[in-house]
Amino acid sequence: MVSKSKKSDYKVIGTRPIRHDGYDKVTGRAQYGADIKLPGMIYGAVLRSPHAHAKIKKIDISVAEKMKGVFAVMTAKDLPRLSDKQRGNSEESGSEKHLSENVMAMDKVLYKGHVVAAISAKDVNTAREAVKKIVVDYEVLKPVINVDQAMKKGAPILHEDFVGDHLGKKVKNTNVATFNKYTTGNTDEGFRKAHLIIEKEVELQTVHQGYIEPHNGTAIWDEDDRVKIWTSTQGSFANRDSVSKVLNLDVSRVKVTPLEIGGGFGGKIPVYLEPIAAVLSKKSRRPVQLVMSRTDVFDASGPAPGGKVIVKIGVDKDGKMLAGYADIRLEAGGYPEAFIEAAAKCVFSCYDIPAMEIEAYDVLVNKPSSAPYRAPGSPQVAFATETVVDEICRKLNMDLIDFRLLNVAEKGTRTALGPKYRKIGLKQVLEAAKKSDHWQSNLEKNPKSGKLRGRGIASGYWFNIGEKSAVNLSLNMDGTVILTEGSTDIGGSRASIAMQAAEVLGVKAESVRPSVVDTDSIGHTDVTGGSRTTYATGYAAYKAAHMLIDEITNKAAKIWDLSEDEIIYSDGVISSKTDSELRMTLREFADKNPFGPVVSSASVDLEEAAGGFGTHIVDLEIDPETGKTDVIRYTVLQDVGKAIHPAYVEGQLQGGATQGIGWALNEEYFMSDQGTMLNSSYLDYRMPIALDLPMIETILVEVPSEDHPFGVRGVGETPICPPVPAISNAVNDAIGSRILSTPIKASKILNKLKSM
Amino acid sequence: MIKVFLPYKTRKIFNLPVEVDAEGNNLRNLIEFLDKKYPGLKQELVDEDKLIPTISAVIDGRTTKLGLIQKLDNVSEIHFLPSIAGG
Amino acid sequence: MTQNNVRKVAINTNINGQEMDILVDPYVSLLETLREVVGMTGTKEGCNDGNCGACTVNIDGRIVDSCLVLGVEAEGKNIETVEGMATPEGLHPLQQAFLEEAALQCGICTPGFLVSAKALLDNEPKPSEDRIRHWLAGNLCRCTGYDKIVKAVKKASD
Repeated sequence: MVSKSKKSDYKVIGTRPIRHDGYDKVTGRAQYGADIKLPGMIYGAVLRSPHAHAKIKKIDISVAEKMKGVFAVMTAKDLPRLSDKQRGNSEESGSEKHLSENVMAMDKVLYKGHVVAAISAKDVNTAREAVKKIVVDYEVLKPVINVDQAMKKGAPILHEDFVGDHLGKKVKNTNVATFNKYTTGNTDEGFRKAHLIIEKEVELQTVHQGYIEPHNGTAIWDEDDRVKIWTSTQGSFANRDSVSKVLNLDVSRVKVTPLEIGGGFGGKIPVYLEPIAAVLSKKSRRPVQLVMSRTDVFDASGPAPGGKVIVKIGVDKDGKMLAGYADIRLEAGGYPEAFIEAAAKCVFSCYDIPAMEIEAYDVLVNKPSSAPYRAPGSPQVAFATETVVDEICRKLNMDLIDFRLLNVAEKGTRTALGPKYRKIGLKQVLEAAKKSDHWQSNLEKNPKSGKLRGRGIASGYWFNIGEKSAVNLSLNMDGTVILTEGSTDIGGSRASIAMQAAEVLGVKAESVRPSVVDTDSIGHTDVTGGSRTTYATGYAAYKAAHMLIDEITNKAAKIWDLSEDEIIYSDGVISSKTDSELRMTLREFADKNPFGPVVSSASVDLEEAAGGFGTHIVDLEIDPETGKTDVIRYTVLQDVGKAIHPAYVEGQLQGGATQGIGWALNEEYFMSDQGTMLNSSYLDYRMPIALDLPMIETILVEVPSEDHPFGVRGVGETPICPPVPAISNAVNDAIGSRILSTPIKASKILNKLKSM
Repeated sequence: MIKVFLPYKTRKIFNLPVEVDAEGNNLRNLIEFLDKKYPGLKQELVDEDKLIPTISAVIDGRTTKLGLIQKLDNVSEIHFLPSIAGG
Repeated sequence: MTQNNVRKVAINTNINGQEMDILVDPYVSLLETLREVVGMTGTKEGCNDGNCGACTVNIDGRIVDSCLVLGVEAEGKNIETVEGMATPEGLHPLQQAFLEEAALQCGICTPGFLVSAKALLDNEPKPSEDRIRHWLAGNLCRCTGYDKIVKAVKKASD
């Protein structure tokens, strides 16, 4: 039963305690994936394909395996052959065979950096030297590196035996893994009636999540055929599922211990090194650790899909939207899954449009297999939609926010995929944007510096996946509570989960001690991703806390020889309705209680919830001589439902916005014609640094969700959706012309200025 | 009668409009009802007595976790959608 | 190189105030030396080519990317890492400020930022926001957008 707590009653929620894992993290004590050392541990290295597309004809390990210090060598022959069976879980789809082949290539390599073999040796330098001695015979094939190349007639085909699904039709010999369509209403009629139709096509380059910590995996395969894994992962159970699939073991034979994780943003959901470490451990009879180099991370771990998006919107003379059309083509990389359903869900998500038609293509290209990057598919489509909206406003001479309010999506609005929205807060976010200091402030368009200034605004959306989480609570003798959960903590979530339990229990945040535990120690918990953690695992903590109170009440009644309904539990104090002398703190109760340990356990499997919409406002300044763009002011507004720990909510907004700013201005995979990434280092893959940014203002709008007792909406992903179009619109405001491809870098701006 | 919205490609294969009417006190019975009306439709949605993993069922705006045993009480709309992957 | 029977070199160095004698392969970095030989994993590897600052340490008062320094260069030097910042009396004001301002999310870049920022405050007690951003330009963070990090450094300087 969900009971809604009154806003004014909150004692812990909305405060900013120091996070429970903070002391370990500021002193260097916290153990991340590459920090763990096991007795007898040896090190692995992998051999990666130098070609983007090639057949593997032969692998000769004879020299490598004889080298001094080498323990074992493995190829895909050491992995079980898997079927085409679809995995179909919420975070990763595709077939089992593809999962295994992405870990280590069997007959073909599909991207530069695709793993071909691996070696374990006494130290990492020996292992790296030894992999160079493995000789691979390739038949090099022509690669396709973007959607246009991949979809062209006669293009080289990545998977010869793969059958694509084009609107239900089985299609062979194609790089389009899936072609899907979504329609509501009658778009032909809508466009026919429209007073103004604007259509724009945008193109986006591949970008990487950019987490500072490279992928890692440490494994022991013991003599009982049980595998223990230590890794930095966004989901220990998802990791266990994937590893056990690749190794063809029952899940119960695999135990995953999550270590601290140095960033993920979706990219640390897929498995890369763990199955390799496990097999090398089996062959070496030692614990084996593998860590990716930064080059490997860029070359071979899943980036966010690049691609092309066309959006067309028709409005009546008052600016009311009548019809929307979208054509979405996103790069899946070497294996299917380019998040086109999510893109289709999000493309018109901010607007109430009576007729919509969306065509979406999931396209195989010779790049690493795409992985989620914060709201996968949504930033790409937001770029197109918010550009069209901006253009319509300018053509109709309508205020940029008023137009959005006129067409705003609300509770009951029918979405593009069909269902109607439950309670959402975009209207409140837009109204807050209108009132904001940033929007109200005047932007001096002709500064003495001679730089060109512009302002842009854009909205974006991501939902909250629900899924499964479990939480255990246990009362300590000193009246504090231990909380164990399975959601790996990438941004302070263990604190917000503990705070929700503390709020229910009526104790201080510090009195609930959270730990993130392994797959043997907690019920199934789905990934830290999909903006689900504070929502779903927090809900489980809420439930477990109520159950703990029931336990305490039950035992207190027995201690005092009263009936349970005579007991009051409030703010960590147990008392009696009938006798005012009877009173115990939790500590006193724990001391007096002879009825056994006080524990509780709760789990949830939540449905998807309507997440939080975001609107961003950006002021920027362009140097007309160099084309360099500086962000001079940035405001993030977002409906956060209820901010449990506001500082970490603000952090998600600022972090996601910064990634979007990098995506908009600098970041791209610079590909050679042979399909290799030429800028696979932090020097040339240019992410924002402290010098690039001003302070990022955050305005937390709270429209409580109907689906959580405190009204929580997951916030982590939405912030990456608006920045690209907000910046593109601001550039247009500054120079009077649109650049419709990312990154909007200096050279493009200079060329545009020259051509004007 | 409950309004049922099927995936675009399913509508195309069976030549169906955006909304079709159906009856059933749980999801299993509803799909059986649809299969009787449009023979072969069940295969598009069900495999081995479960919803196929790439399809979600959304009932009056809420995704059900229960699959075919989900009871249908006072329901206006059911949407069968491709499952969404996220990050 | 490992196959040519190159011998380890004996180094005498001082890490966080403790004198140490260690054996180091002549071709490994100071980063690898700290993490693997000395066993102090607080200093992190993000890129191994001097572009992210996660491996920042302080050598004789100067901050460097330890992935660009050889382990053998530690001979005779005073090295400070994140593990040396707190004392028995408590956290360094920077560490305390990072916690209070929520200046970390995943925390992997935090050791590098703390060592970098400490070097700034050791020499310039009251830096401006602009100065802080310049000084920290060599430390990458992907989670926070730098806002709260800059605020934390400012707070610690007060």
